[in-house]
Parts: sequence; C-alpha cells; structure tokens
Amino acid sequence: MFAAIVRKFAGMLVVMYIVATMVFFLTRLAPGDPASLMLGDQASLTDIEELRRTYGLDQPVIVQYILWLKEVVRGNLGQSIFLQRSVLQAIAERAEPTFFLALFSILIAAAIGIPAGIISAVWRGQRIDQVVSAGAMLAASIPSFWLGLLFIQFFSVRMGWFPVAGYGPPGGSFAERLYHLMLPASVLGIVNSALITRFTRGSMLDVLSEDYVRTARAKGLSEARIVLRHGLGNALVPIITVVGLTAALLVGGAIVTETVFGLPGIGNLVVSAVLRRDYPVIQGALIVIAGIYVLINLSIDVLYTFVDPRVKY
Amino acid sequence: MALAQAPLLEIDQLEVEFRTETGPIVPVRGVSLRVDAGRTTALVGESGSGKSVTSLAIMGLLPRPFGRVLAGSIRFSRRNGEVVDLATVPPRGMRAFRGSEIAMIFQEPMTSLNPVLTIGEQIAEQVRLHLRLGREAAKSRAVDMLGLVEIPDARRRADEYPHQMSGGMRQRVMIALAMSCSPRLLIADEPTTALDVTIQAEILALIDRLRRENDMGVLFITHNLGVVAEIADVVTVMYAGEVVETAGVRDLFHHPRHPYTRALISCLPEHALRGEDGRRVVQAIPGSVAGSLDAPGCKFAPRCVHAVDACQAAHPQLDAVEPTHFVRCDRWRAL
Amino acid sequence: MQRSPTRLFLERLFRRRLVLIAALILLVVVVLAVFAPLIAPYSPTGMRVTQRLRPPSFTNWFGTDEFGRDVLSRVIYGGRASLGIGLAVVVASMVAGTALGLFAGYFRVLDAPVMRLVDAMMSLPDILLAIFLVAVLGGSAGNVVLALAVVYTPRVTRVVRSSTLVVRELPFVEAARTLGVSTWRIMTVHILLNVASPVLVQATFIFAYAVLAEAGLSFLGVGVPPEIPTWGTMIAAGQNYADRSMWVVLFPGLAIVLAALSLQVLGDGLRDMLDPKLRKSL
Repeated sequence: MFAAIVRKFAGMLVVMYIVATMVFFLTRLAPGDPASLMLGDQASLTDIEELRRTYGLDQPVIVQYILWLKEVVRGNLGQSIFLQRSVLQAIAERAEPTFFLALFSILIAAAIGIPAGIISAVWRGQRIDQVVSAGAMLAASIPSFWLGLLFIQFFSVRMGWFPVAGYGPPGGSFAERLYHLMLPASVLGIVNSALITRFTRGSMLDVLSEDYVRTARAKGLSEARIVLRHGLGNALVPIITVVGLTAALLVGGAIVTETVFGLPGIGNLVVSAVLRRDYPVIQGALIVIAGIYVLINLSIDVLYTFVDPRVKY
Repeated sequence: MALAQAPLLEIDQLEVEFRTETGPIVPVRGVSLRVDAGRTTALVGESGSGKSVTSLAIMGLLPRPFGRVLAGSIRFSRRNGEVVDLATVPPRGMRAFRGSEIAMIFQEPMTSLNPVLTIGEQIAEQVRLHLRLGREAAKSRAVDMLGLVEIPDARRRADEYPHQMSGGMRQRVMIALAMSCSPRLLIADEPTTALDVTIQAEILALIDRLRRENDMGVLFITHNLGVVAEIADVVTVMYAGEVVETAGVRDLFHHPRHPYTRALISCLPEHALRGEDGRRVVQAIPGSVAGSLDAPGCKFAPRCVHAVDACQAAHPQLDAVEPTHFVRCDRWRAL
Repeated sequence: MQRSPTRLFLERLFRRRLVLIAALILLVVVVLAVFAPLIAPYSPTGMRVTQRLRPPSFTNWFGTDEFGRDVLSRVIYGGRASLGIGLAVVVASMVAGTALGLFAGYFRVLDAPVMRLVDAMMSLPDILLAIFLVAVLGGSAGNVVLALAVVYTPRVTRVVRSSTLVVRELPFVEAARTLGVSTWRIMTVHILLNVASPVLVQATFIFAYAVLAEAGLSFLGVGVPPEIPTWGTMIAAGQNYADRSMWVVLFPGLAIVLAALSLQVLGDGLRDMLDPKLRKSL
C-alpha cells in the first residue's frame, strides 16, 4: 500500500531532477554573460573577471552544474541579480497574491465547471448540452489577458465596482488585498472552467452508462439522487484530478493575468526577471513551480484513497 | 393453479422502438407474456432477440430519449389489488414501482453494484425510500436481507464494499437488494450467466426458495434452456423481437413445436448427438439472427431447416396448439 | 438502405451545423490572412498622425490605432502572422511529437526516458515554459515558433505513444511482424495510418492553443517584436488606450477568440466523427 506512494514519489523526484537539469542547461544557452549583466554596461573587464571567479562562472559548465545542483538540493536557489535578495526570499514575498489568486480561480472554475458538466452530461445531445459545450469551448478560446482588459474597462473603469489594478496600498488589510483579487480570479476562473466542464461531462457520461447506475434506477431512486450520489460519487476521482492539476498549473500559469492586473505575484516576478535576464530568479521560479505541481499531483493521489474505497495505498 | 385469478403481470402485444442514427429499429414487436404470483416465467432467446429490452420496458428503464413503447400494454396487479398499465405510467410515477413492487437483478454482478458505497448503504438506501424506515432500522433491515440470501457474517459484510466480494457473493447482494422491499415481481435478467456452474446452481436455488417463501412472481430471462428446465413453470421463447412459442415447461421440453425451440433444445448437452468417436457433439444453430428483419415472411425462415418457399412469403401468426401452448409457425402441424 | 461510410461522415458533418459553421469561419479567416495584401483596405503600417484613435466608421470599420493606422487592415495582416506562427507550431510539434511518440511506443527501451522528459515538461504551465524558452532563445517570430513547438510536442508525444502501444499489439501489426516486414515499414505504414486521426484532432487543438499562447507572449513583451503586427502585439500596444479607445484591443481580441473557437469546435467535431467509440454518447 505504501509502496505505490513511494514509487510515485520517486517518479516525481526524477521529474524534478529533469526539470532542474533542463532549466540549468537551457539557461547556459542564453545569450549574454551573467557577470556582465550584473555589473551593467559600465563595468570594466577586470571587474567582470573577478565576479566570474567569485560565482564560479570560470569553471567548466559541468562543474558549475554539479555545484548548482548541490545547492538546489539543499534548498538554496541562489541570489537574484537585481533584487538584492535570495531567489527563495523573492519568491516567498510574491507568494501570497499568487496563492490566493490560484485558490479563488480554481474555486470559481470548479463552481462553474462541475455543475455545467453534470447538466451537460445528464441532458446529453440536447439543447442545453450544446449550449454548455459551446460555452466551454468559447471560454477556452478567450485569451485571459484580453478578457482581463475588457473586465477592467467594464467592471472597474465604467462601473467602479472593483479596483483597476494592483494589490492595494502597502500595509493594506488582508480583506482589501483579497478584494483586489476578485476580478482577476473571475477572469481565470471563467477561462479555466472550460477544461473542468468538459472533463466533468466526459466522466459523468462514462459513469452514467455504468451498470450500477442502471441498478440505482431499478431501485426507484430519484433522478437527482442517481446523478449526484451514484453518478458524481463515482466521477469524483477524474474530476478531482482535473481540478487539482488545473490548480497546480494556475500557480505559474496566471502570469499573464497577474501582469494585466498588476498583481505583485510570482508570475510578475518571472516576467520582470525574463525582461531583465535575471536568470537565477527564472531558474528558481521554474523549479518551485514544477515542485508545487508535483506536490499537488502527489496529494491528489492521496486524496483518491478517501474518495474511492478501491484505491488503497 | 393460479390461472383463475388475474395474472401478476400480463404483457400484451408490446412494441418497442429505438431511434438510432441510421433510423428507427423495433427490437420488440408484438410480444405477449404473463407471469403469475408465486410462479416463474422464463423468457428465452439469443442476444438481440429483444428479451432484455422487454424487461427494461416493464421497469420503464428503456434508454431515454431513444427508446419508447410504441404500442401494447403491460398490466401489473399491485399489492392493493389495483391493475395498472405500466406502459402508460409517466417516468416519475414508475419510481414507486421500481425497487418496491417490481425488483430487478442483472447479469453482471461485478459491475451492477456501486463501487464507492458499502453493500449495507446500497440496500438501506432503497429500504429507506420505499419502506420509509429510519437510518438505523434500514441498516438492520439490510443486514437481515444479507442473512436471508445466506451471506455469512452479514453484519460485518454490510460494511464492506463490492470489490471486497466475489461474483457469487455480489449476486447474492443484488438479490438481497431486490428482495429488501418484498417485491411482488422479480425480474432476473441472466442472473447466473456470468457465474461459475456451482455458484449458478446455488443462486438458482436461492431465487427459487425466495419465490416460494414470498409468493413472488419471477420473470427469468436467459438464453440457457438448461437453466429454464430447472427453474421455470412457463416458458416464452423469443426470436428477433417476437414470441415464437409459449408453453408450460414440461410441454415445451417434451413437445416443442417451433423449429427454433427444437433447435435450442437439441443444443442442450443431454440432447446432443453422438459424434463418430462416441463423444457428444453440441450442435449450433446455423446462421445468426437475420439482418433484414423487414422481410415479409417468418423471421426464422432463413435459418430454418424446415423452411419452404411459403415461409418467406407470409408472416406467421401465433397459433394455439393447446389452450396454454402457442406457436408462431405455419408448418407446426406438418413437422 | 445501406449508406457508405463517406456518406455517413458527410451526413454527420451536416447535422452538426456548428462544426460546419466553424469550418466556414476558419476558411474565411485563412483566406483573409493569405490574401491580406489584396483584401486589406489600407497598409497595416501606414501612419496618419491626424487620424489617431478614430472610432469605427465607414472609412475605418474597426477604427484607427494610436498612430492612425487602420485597425481592420492590421487585424487582417495580424492574422497572417498569428495564424502563420500557429500553423508552423502545429507542423513542428506534430513532426517532433509523432516521431518521439512512435519511438517511445514502439521501442520499449526508449519509453521510460522519453515519457519522463514529457512528464517533466508538462509539469510546467505552457505559458511559463514558453516564456522561459523565448527568454533563452531571444524574442523573434522564429524563436516563438520554436519555443511553442517545444511546449506542445509532449502533448502529441503522449497521444501518439498511447495509440502506438495499442496498435502495435493489434493482430495485423503482429502478423506483419511475423511475416518479416521491416520495423521501419510497420511503423510508418501501419502505425502511422492508425494514429493519424487522433493526431489530426490534437493538431486542431494545438493550433488554437498556439494562437492563444503567441498572443500571450506578445502581450507580455517577450514574444514577437512589437513592430510586427500580430493579434497579440496589437492588444499589447493598445492596452494603454483601452479606456478611451476600446476598439484597438476589442477587434484583435475578437479575432483571436474567433480563430481559436472555430479551431476547437472543428477539432471537437473531428474527434466525434473519427472516433466511433464516442459516437454512441451523442
């Protein structure tokens, strides 16, 4: 029982290792020397050389790789070139808006997607199913940043219901910060509801054609009970999977939305790091985001054991 | 004999239509049969003969929105003596019958139980709905029911999930579920097909015992005539959506009239021909249920060894051999 | 009574009016993009400072942007770049993904390493991986194509690999193998033909995702250089004027939605029509 989780965990570690390695070597391919980047245009050649030595950049790439990997395993993701702090610290400072944005977005997405998918499956092939399916496809076709711009124009500028952008003044209350997340979370929730809708519909269709649903009908149960208790109860595993993975991808995938709404989150950090070629930050953020994905993946597996009695670890 | 009183279930000229992508099909055309209280009617036929569709029509479980009853009646006499035509009961109204007055067990015990609910919960759910018992009473009724179907250690088993049980055990659970509200009619759709031979016999005996003890009518659907001989009082044979022969079980086995029934009986191991090496050779009926069912003549004619030209021309009517024996073959007198 | 498979396919297509409409819309968008120089009323780069940020009118149907350029003409030309990039991404990821998937599915030794790499790449959100790759490669249309192709290759690999695993066990592939047909032939002819329809379906979806992702990258300023009109760069440039001149972001965005939506509807319809297993559920 335990072995399966351990095996899965080992697989995840391999995935993390590949991500880290990929990130390291691809970064070395990038144009521009980190040392000259750090010191700026005015730096002298000797200064650059010295910096290269202190950061070990004069060593062969493979030695640099091993040194770097050692630090990463220890939990040290290095120093930001521009932010005068460690990468981990920079990420931690930006974690709050990203975390709550992802959380609210997934709640909104699930609140839209799961009922819509159920309705669509129950009345499959009928008008309501076509409307829901078309709606889901529309949602998946809208660029989030564009929807964000439209929402800002309408709900913030015209109606004045929400702040235009940002995360509230420094030292603002928690409630005020969350208020700033409502509009971006709605945008991401709508866009991400599409996948959840389609997945819920698909798994409900599978489940509703199962023999035990026929048994439930033969028992004389109400249609609502058949669909919700016997149908949804069994479709829950795939639905939890897609909701969980969507949430995991939202942590890093909210970049564009964070930018539109000027939220000081991890996505924003990555974009500014990319624009300034702050490679340690880019590397670190990618590793952390992949790590979160892997962790959520693992917790989904653990969650299965509560939902499906057949799954035993 | 219970023939004098009103039958428990009487189906008359039932016709069912399915709409498909390539046009409507009629899997059940003009089926009539009856089930009496305390007795077993076997409905026999190959897969695709319409026997399962007939049972789903009784339960009001035809796949919506594709399937519907086109014509005919399904008269069922209720516990309170009232006789209703189930074919005219709206979908919502059918819920009062399903699980309470009419129960059904299915072919696949492995997949017919909900994997994420305990056995006890699945039985209690129905009990609470139809018998209006409380949570505790329903639970203990579920345990009693598991005991009734001879599941050992019922109290503990009630808290188990289906995947923790064998196929035979699960079919017992299905029977316990079906019996939990003391139905007047039990529809058993190939309940033993998926089981081992020894388990098969146990399940058949169990169903038979419950029928006797509860004066329950059983509609037993199967493709296996061997099973029919063991359990049925009356047999109705279906072919290509039609009833081709109906008779008492002895009558049918000793004097089968329809060539199809005869072929089925000759397929049974004890009727098998001896081959050259002295071993039994199980015969199969050549061909399969014909593709062009819209042809005018007898549906079985293309596969029938006795078919003559006339069989292809006119569609035979159900003819009374005796007052309780009917056959749909124009040549039965000649054969 | 009997209807040929082709006939049935066409009947199904026509019954799904939505799919048909999507195909037509897509056709129109593609024709506009291909024949942009013949169709666009103005030059996409022609600046007229006196005509800045004019609302939609008879002369400029979609209005003008902050340099007085005709938004309609830019949307038409933008489609050229956006769809061109999308198409290039589709072709590149199809080729790479199919090759990887075939090898992973057919040669057992390669399966684990290839799939682990795929897992690793899919543990990063599309847009993040794309940003990273563009950052490393440098921002140009070619590099955006390369980055997005890398991002979407794992999806194709997964589809092809799982189909290959199924197909390689089918009797006719088995038979061909025993008859001594070369591995290469088995893969290219038998397996490739069988994975073609799931890959085709995947292609339409990746096309849609690529159009969306390109717009996202350009919007963030890490994609195509801003002087090339794509739907993404137009929105990026127009966002500062959105409060007074909605049309500069509205129309390129609508173009993206229209293209992505019709692609996805088409892909969905294709999947239903090509996959007999799903048909019963309709």
